[in-house]
Order: sequence, then C-alpha cells, then structure tokens
Amino acid sequence: MSDALTSLDRPNSYIGRSVPRPNAKRLLAGRGRYITDIVLPRMLHVAFVRSPHAHARIVGIDAEDARKMPGVRLIATGADLAKVCKPWVGTLDHFKGMKSTPQLPLPLDKVVYAGQAVVAVVADTRALAEDAAEAVLVEYEELPAVIDIDAARTPGTPVISPELGDNICFHGKIDTGDIDTIFAGAAHVVEEEFHFGRHTAVTMEPRAIVADFDPNEMRLTAHHATQTPYQFQDIYARHFGIPEANVRVVAPDIGGSFGMKLHVYHEDMATVGLSMLLGRPVKYVADRIESFVTDIHARDHRVRARMALDSEGTIIAMDVDDVTAVGPFSAYPRTSVVEGNQVFRLIGTPYRFQNYRADLQVVFQNKVQMSQYRAVGHPIAFAVTERLVDMAAARTGLDPVEIRSRNLIPDDAYPCAAPTGYKFESLSHHACLARLRELMDYDRLRAEQAELRRRNIYRGIGIASFVEISNPGPAFYGVGGARISSQDGAVITITPSGDVRCAISVTELGQGTETIVGQIVGEHLGVDRERIKVITGDTENTPHGGAVWACRGAGIGGETALRAARKLKENVISLAGSILQEQPDRLDVRAGWIVDAASGRQRIELAEIARIAYFRSDTLPPGTQAQLTVAQHFAPQGFPFAFTNGIQASHVEVDVETGFVKILKHWVVEDCGRVINPLLVDEQMRGGVVQGLGAAFFEECVYDDNGQLTNGSLADYLVPMAGEMPDIEIAHVETPTLDTELGAKGCGEAGTAASPAAALNAVNDAIAPFAASIAQLPMTPSRILKALGRI
Amino acid sequence: MSNSININVTVNGEAVSRNVAPRETLADFLRGSLELTGTHMGCEMGVCGACLVLLDGRVVHSCLMFAAQASGSEVETIEGLTERAAIADIQEAFHQRNALQCGFCTPGMLMTAHALLSQPGVPTRDEIRDALSGNYCRCTGYESIVDAIETVARNRAAPAGSKNVVAEVGA
Repeated sequence: MSDALTSLDRPNSYIGRSVPRPNAKRLLAGRGRYITDIVLPRMLHVAFVRSPHAHARIVGIDAEDARKMPGVRLIATGADLAKVCKPWVGTLDHFKGMKSTPQLPLPLDKVVYAGQAVVAVVADTRALAEDAAEAVLVEYEELPAVIDIDAARTPGTPVISPELGDNICFHGKIDTGDIDTIFAGAAHVVEEEFHFGRHTAVTMEPRAIVADFDPNEMRLTAHHATQTPYQFQDIYARHFGIPEANVRVVAPDIGGSFGMKLHVYHEDMATVGLSMLLGRPVKYVADRIESFVTDIHARDHRVRARMALDSEGTIIAMDVDDVTAVGPFSAYPRTSVVEGNQVFRLIGTPYRFQNYRADLQVVFQNKVQMSQYRAVGHPIAFAVTERLVDMAAARTGLDPVEIRSRNLIPDDAYPCAAPTGYKFESLSHHACLARLRELMDYDRLRAEQAELRRRNIYRGIGIASFVEISNPGPAFYGVGGARISSQDGAVITITPSGDVRCAISVTELGQGTETIVGQIVGEHLGVDRERIKVITGDTENTPHGGAVWACRGAGIGGETALRAARKLKENVISLAGSILQEQPDRLDVRAGWIVDAASGRQRIELAEIARIAYFRSDTLPPGTQAQLTVAQHFAPQGFPFAFTNGIQASHVEVDVETGFVKILKHWVVEDCGRVINPLLVDEQMRGGVVQGLGAAFFEECVYDDNGQLTNGSLADYLVPMAGEMPDIEIAHVETPTLDTELGAKGCGEAGTAASPAAALNAVNDAIAPFAASIAQLPMTPSRILKALGRI
Repeated sequence: MSNSININVTVNGEAVSRNVAPRETLADFLRGSLELTGTHMGCEMGVCGACLVLLDGRVVHSCLMFAAQASGSEVETIEGLTERAAIADIQEAFHQRNALQCGFCTPGMLMTAHALLSQPGVPTRDEIRDALSGNYCRCTGYESIVDAIETVARNRAAPAGSKNVVAEVGA
C-alpha cells in the first residue's frame, strides 16, 4: 500500500496516513533542546548528600567545612526547605483506607530508603557542589530495615512510620461471591505463585529541572523534564505558596519519560525551594546512579492465583491474592496504589467468566518509592491471567488458541462489564485472535516446533490477549481529590498570513503528539499540515489540561484538536460568507482556500480572508467581527475509560544447557480504534513491546538484605539492546470509540501490557517437554536453569 | 593540582584553544564550553552510546575521556556531521522511517550508523544490530533504526537513479 496522496484523495485527508514527524528533523540534527542543555544567567547547580542507609535516624548534620569550600552558595537541610514548602501526602480518597506519611523536600529526622537525599549543596558548578557534598558529615543511628514483602506484614516487624500503625498502605478486596464453592465443584483448577521483580524506566535523559524563582514578581519558571506540566504548575503553586498564574512550567524536548517523569520527586521540590531561598536559577540533573536509586521503580508483586474451569475448558472463576511493595510512602500526587488496583481489576478481563475474588495488599518497605510506569499494572495482570490460561489449556488438552477462542468475550457481546467493575464499550478479541493466527502462521510454527524438538531444539510459542485502559475520565484521579485534569484544551488561530497555530495541552515526548494534532487540525480545518504549527509543553502558552498519561493524548487531545478545528472552520466560513456575500452552508475550506462546497471551485484564499480580518476590517460589512482564534476544551464523557484490546505472540528458542533465550519474533494485533498515523502507532507498539521484553528477560532492580540497590548502573542493570530484540510484526483491527467524533483510543502502553505475558508463555512452552515451568520475571538464564532442575 | 590546562583541538573543522579543568570530560567540554549540546550524556560510563563523537575519524565515548586528552586531535560532533551534510541520507532515512522518538540517543545512533555505513558492502540486519550493540535506545525497540540503516546501505550501494525510499513507511 502506498501512502502518497493521489488525485483521488480529498485534499488534507491526513487522518490514517503514515506521515513523518516534522519536529524530528531538529532532533536528528542535534538541535534538540532538553532540560540538560538549558543554561540561564546566574544559574547555580545542586548536588545532594544521600543516605547510605535504608532506614536510619538522622542524629546530626555538620556542614561547616563544606560551607567554606570553593563556589558553595548554600547548604540546606530539611528544616531550611520546610520553611518554604508545604508537605504533601500521596493518598487518594477513592482508595478507601489508604494511608501515607507527609513528605517534605528533605527529611527532618529520619531516612527511609538508601539513596534518599538528606542535604542539598548549591554551588557555582555541579562539580563544585559534588566536592562540597562529600565534605558534609551526617551522623545516623541505623534502624532495622523492612525489605521483604512478607516481613513487612509479619506481626512484630518494625513499623517504618509508627504514626500509621502498621506497614499496610492499602487493602482492597473484590468478591462476587461463592468462590470457594465454585472452585470446589470445578472440573479443573490450575494455580501458580508468580513473582515480579522491581524494574525502572531508565530514560535516556535522566530527570532534570531548572527552577528559576524571581522574588521581585513572585514568579517561578520551572524548566522541567516532565510529561505533565500543568500538574506541576498546580503543585508548585500550592506547595510553595505562589499564585498559580505566576508559575510557569516549561517542558521542552524530553529525553524519555514513560510515566516516570510525572511524579513528584523530593529533589525536584528541593530545587524549586532552593531557587526561592537564593532568588537565582538552580539546576538539578540526576546522574545515572541517582536515577537508579531515586526514580520511581515499577511492579514488585507476588501474586498467588488460581483459575477454575468446567469440563469443556470454559473458565468459570478466578481467585487472586496480590501483595505489592511500594517503598516507604505512597508517591504523589498519583499514589502508589494505582498499579495494584489495576492489577487486581484487570486480571481476567479479556474473558467471559463473571466469578471473581481478589485480595490486594499494598505494603510499605524501605526501598525507593514505587509508582506508575508504562502500562501500570497491565503486565502483571496479563502475565498472571495468560499463564493460567496456558496452564488450563495443558490441563484440558486444548490448544492455546482453542482455549482462548472458547473463553474470550465474543465480539458481539458489547457493551458489557468485567466482574471487577470495568465497562467495555466495544472490543474485538476474536477478530484479533483470528488475525494473529494468520499473521504468525500459527499452524506452521507448531509443526516446526514439533519437528525441531525431535532434534533437541526447544522453541516455544506464547500467546497473550489483553485489554488496555486509555482515554481516562475523571474517575481515574479527579474523583479521588487529585488536581489532575482529565480534560484538555486547545487554542487555535489563523495568523495574518493564513497559517495556523494550535496551542494544545497534550505534550510531546517523541511519540508524535504534535504530528497527529497537525494531521487532525489540517484535515478538519481544510489546511495543508505544512502550514500548521503545533505548540505544546508550556503552561504559559497553552490551556490547562491533563497532558499525556494513561494513553490519553490521541483520544482526548486529538478530539480537543478536532473540535477546535471545526469551530474555527465555522468562523472562517461565516466570515468568508460575509466577504463573498454567499450563504455559509455553500462554502467549504479545502487546502487553504474557501471553495464552493458543491463544485470545489476556489473562491478566495484563506490568507486573503486573514489579511482582510486583521488589516482591513473597515471593508467588512457593518457589525462583522472576525473571530480567527477559538478556544476549545474537551473532557471525555460516556464510558469511564476507552478500553483498547489486542493480542500478542512471542516465539523463542531456549538453550536448555545455558538457560539463554533467543527471542526469534514477536507479533501484535491491536485495536486502538481509529488509527491517526499508522507509522507512529506501530512505533509506539514496537517500543512498548521491547520495554515489556526488558521486564520479561533482563530488567530488575536487585536489592540486598539491607535494602541496598546492588546494580544501579547501566553496566549492571540490563536493558534490551538491538542485538537481542526481534523484528516485531504488527497488524490492526479498528473499532473506533463512539464516545468521540475522532474515534481514537490510546496505543502507547499496549505493547508493554502483554509482551511479558507472551514471553512467559513462550518460555514455558519451550521447556514444557522437561515438565518444567517458570513463574518469575525477569526470566534470567539462572532462573530458567533452576526451573529446568539443572542448577 | 593545576586548576587548568590549555588545550588546542579542532572541533568540527574549527581550531579551538581553551583552558579546561583537568577533570573535565570531553563530553562536558563540548556541551559546556563549546555549547555543542547535540552530544548527550546518558550514563557517564561508556555504556549507553549517547555521547559518541568522532575523534580523528574514530567513534569514541566523549564521556570516557578527558578534554585534555583530546588536545591535538580533531573532534567531530553531530553538529559538524550535519553541517557538512555527511550523514544527510542517514538523517533523512531516520526521519522517514521514524527511527527516533525522544531523540536523546539519536546523535549517538547516527555516529554508529555513520561509522558502519562508511565500511564497504551492505551489512545484513544482524550485522546492523550487532553494530548497534553499544547504543541504547529506550523508545523505538530498535527495528526502525535497523530499517533506516539498511535502507541507506542499499541506497549507497545501488547505482544512481535506482534509490529506494524507506520501504516500511505506509506498509
């Protein structure tokens, strides 16, 4: 299929086309502007003195020698920063009973994880700040560290925050009733205990912020590497007591985020506070070890789950117990409970069964905070579900494709709801399964697998169905009291030359927000996309909105852009009607021209309309006021979330002598509704799959018994590299959401949501001839050898 | 310990003379003193490849050497390669194939691609993946980068007039 526009195409029909990203050329030329590149006049640099202990009382801080060192401008402790910053608490009201402790930029009397920032040292250069930080002496009284998730809940265990009473952050239950009876009467029951390690985002650009406070105007400008500038505008205003309109958060080019850069970090809050104390810009860029020990970590679950089936292989119930450990406090402002909440609500959701019981315990421990990272909860939920489905297939003698075919929710059963409460508008599990079977040539692969096994080559095929949360409404955070918007805003303008500016609240992280907004505006306004400038990532120049998280950029931001473009087009046509003395309903805008709607005959150029509106309003009919700027907000209504769905397959070869796995190929069939730009969607899918494969095979934050991270460098923490990753084939089924005119749902997390599940099933399939199984991620060579009984 | 060392280095074809701190890395020198911010730092230990530059024609980690060690050498960064249009076809292929997202790894990727594509012959996909073993990308999953490099390799090897656009776009 060629993508070139042909004469048969409507002008400006951009939606659905693979167009490259205009803003990528700058990055290719080395002209990106990341926070790490920003230098401001009189800018200072901060380095932090960090705790060597996972849990300790701060007995004393001696910074006298450090204060005398060259270039040092300020040394600040928790007490100093507490004077300018109000504490925050990472709880949400809709997680009933959840608790966490108030947090300040730097601790007053206690450290609760190894690597926690204790003292801030501000100097003329980062190197001088680090020199002085080494001269700061902090005396600690070490306390017993709570590391293990079971130990955290054992009676008599030290309580990390005695004021909370215990180490339980949140306890959730779902029970549709009679689960024990159903399991007792089931023809088949399969069960497993799963372990999911901690891993982390490892963005190529570490966290970075330049805080620039001007006391003369009580203004704060924060150049902040984040995906959610408006959330931080609100937080800085409220916690530092600065009028919101005086807080500007600018997020220029961001070197990767993946959910990691939307949380509040103590160092970032400290940097803002230090700029206020000094009245000068202060820059903080995490180095790689700081990233490993202080960026949020993800996952960390122990899940015991069982599945009941009838004699036909129909799933009739699931029973789940998830314990997840989230560090010493809950993250702010999105909390550390959303991950577990999504795990225990997403388990089983591709399937028809309605009997479900689940228990979720979120516990505190002395490790860095755990919170939302790409595909929040989904990889755990689908690894558990899909592994049990494969175990059930083996138990019942059904092929993995056949058991899914029998149990997936039928494509004509919508709308419907999961027993966990999630509501589905319209999904396409069976269409995706059929497409996948054909795409991967499933039957041939199975025949090849059998043939190779006779030659002692052990290949495995793993399949995983999934759903993915996208386009979240206020039910996600707003109802819980978080000031995190589920709406977006756009301001769109025809410039005097007839160009278009669209300032919109969804943000660009390289995923292509600006490109798809340009496509949507171009198509719905009737203007070539080369003439459209999209502006993002600056609270001063764009309306307040949710920005990007939970796969909301295309679905909600895109709909905002669509409605803004339509509104502006109405204004343009109305004005053109006045100028041309023509009925507006007989006019249209195409390729930058006002045309006769019926014939397409060009009447007047948009640039000429703009010239008249801006410079010769005297020639307009009396009473005509040109409105060539419009504002539009859009908040999703209807379903609380627009669920997407899909299915993935992994093909691997396990070397049973060494435990090494070669990932041969990966397939995804995915339904994100209307595809705006196939090129960008496919690349979101591939990048997402690879992050999931990292979690499946390589990535793990390894702690020792004292709570020390032992692999906090890019040499020790393994990430997927080019040589280890497979080619990934992608196909789409399109079921647009009817809750918006655009019909788009999210796609950024789908790859990560189920690639670990597919990989887990593939490895288990490969080692099945040895009656071996593995239920722990990452599946390292030594764990695979252990599963095989070889070590 | 001396507070500064005078170095003379040719950067992107221009002779540069500066005083640098003995502990200043070449990466910090390029980014700070010369404002060549296209060279990025991701790990500061020679693993991730974001800081790759050309030193006397060889690809090196600018985070792993001191600026003082580069004295007397010729350094070329992404800005220099771009301005002399040495990698224009690679940049175009990356653009068409969307072989970058956040762009932070991209200058290093382009350095590796430039080095690989300066060798004779058309590398296989496995050879391209192997050549990228020192370049870490968190966004793309690598396939698009392999595609883009493969396209350039074929185009450079093809007779004039038979060049392909990046095959994947719109597929």
